[in-house]
Amino acid sequence: MSADQTTLAFDWSCRIMADNGCGFPAPGLHSFLFKPIFEAGGFYFNKTMLLALLTSLVVVGFFWMAFSKPKLVPGKIQMIGEAGFDFVRKGIVYETMGKREGEKYVPFMVSLFFFVWVMNIWSVVPLTQFPVASVIAYPAGLAIIVYLMWMSVTFKRHGFVGGLKNVTGYDKSLGPVLPLVVVIEFFSNVLVRPFTHMVRLFANMFAGHLLLVMFTVASWYLLNSWLIPAAGISFVMTMGMIGFELFVQAIQAYVFVLLACTYLQGALAEHH
Amino acid sequence: MNALVTLAAEEQQNPLVPPGPELLVGLIAFAIVFFFLAKKLIPNISKVLDERREAIEGGIEKAEEARTEAQSVLEQYKAQLAEARHEAARLRQEATEQGTVIIQEMKAEGQRQREEIIAAAHAQIEADRKAAASALRQDVGRLATELAGKLVGESLEDHARQSRTIDRFLDELEDGASKAEATR
Repeated sequence: MSADQTTLAFDWSCRIMADNGCGFPAPGLHSFLFKPIFEAGGFYFNKTMLLALLTSLVVVGFFWMAFSKPKLVPGKIQMIGEAGFDFVRKGIVYETMGKREGEKYVPFMVSLFFFVWVMNIWSVVPLTQFPVASVIAYPAGLAIIVYLMWMSVTFKRHGFVGGLKNVTGYDKSLGPVLPLVVVIEFFSNVLVRPFTHMVRLFANMFAGHLLLVMFTVASWYLLNSWLIPAAGISFVMTMGMIGFELFVQAIQAYVFVLLACTYLQGALAEHH
Repeated sequence: MNALVTLAAEEQQNPLVPPGPELLVGLIAFAIVFFFLAKKLIPNISKVLDERREAIEGGIEKAEEARTEAQSVLEQYKAQLAEARHEAARLRQEATEQGTVIIQEMKAEGQRQREEIIAAAHAQIEADRKAAASALRQDVGRLATELAGKLVGESLEDHARQSRTIDRFLDELEDGASKAEATR
């Protein structure tokens, strides 16, 4: 078994007490690395990329069906689409930024939410079974876009000095603590923020996928001799984890977008 | 394997270092979603949602208008009804008053006519009585004279004296009668 890249999640010839010279094929970093489907020069194309593009297809496809010919009295798909759209628009964007300031960020945030959510959902879809966001590149790309938007809004709104004051929490009334606060805030906002933003999503999906693979592999690995009941327990755990992951996927997509909105709201807020 | 792929493979060992191709594809995938949603689909649905809100608000406004109109018409009717009632009451009152006046007038007229008739009757009676009395007086005088003449056997030639005597006698009779009446 090659250590660094896999096509299947595990080596399925390994069974407990099968005595064929291999132990429990525990999931690890290799579970997140895939052999390229094809390579061309320095570029390669693998499963996660395919899933990312499928995500676009699913999101655009769904909203195309829902909103391409919208009616005053909505049909079923349009109604579902409107519910999702309104959830992000009213539940996240208006809640944080307000209707007046938030309106022009609605398309971005709606795209972001459904893109992230569908990327996560692949984790429990049979056959695909991989959360795209558990590869750091995807959350990173999105977090970088949000970071650039946030920075540009900050400096456009407040100018260079005002923008710096905005991101460092500059406040004269702090007195002698001010330099310390400014340094900490600069570090935490400007340097660490995009990193925590991407890692929060990435780590949740990464851990969730590890757990799912762990229990799935264990269900198979234990399915031998008198340990079959243990395999049953592991299988039930797998099912339970799938339910839990469905919940976490939605929550993480929500949190990712909510944080993006909160950052922008901070930039739009008047200097205090 | 060329150097780049080797490098990529080495980088992939660290799960926190984003591999370039994945980053690029991820950005492209998101750009596709954002392009379609922001350019066409969300403006579409926003327009329809606005239209729907307007339609609903328009409907509410229309309903409100109709309600106000109905209210004003109702008030108008109520006012007219009250006015009609008032008018009817006024007419009734007037009629009652007029009736009373008429009844009183008629009563007064009746009274007057009654009195007139009574007065006329009294006058007639008085006249008749007087006529009867004078006729009676002449008849009684004549009869008495005749009777007295027959009794005494002489003609009572002094007519004027006779007449005076008779009158005096009759007056005495009348006096006696009226006295008797008064004592009674």
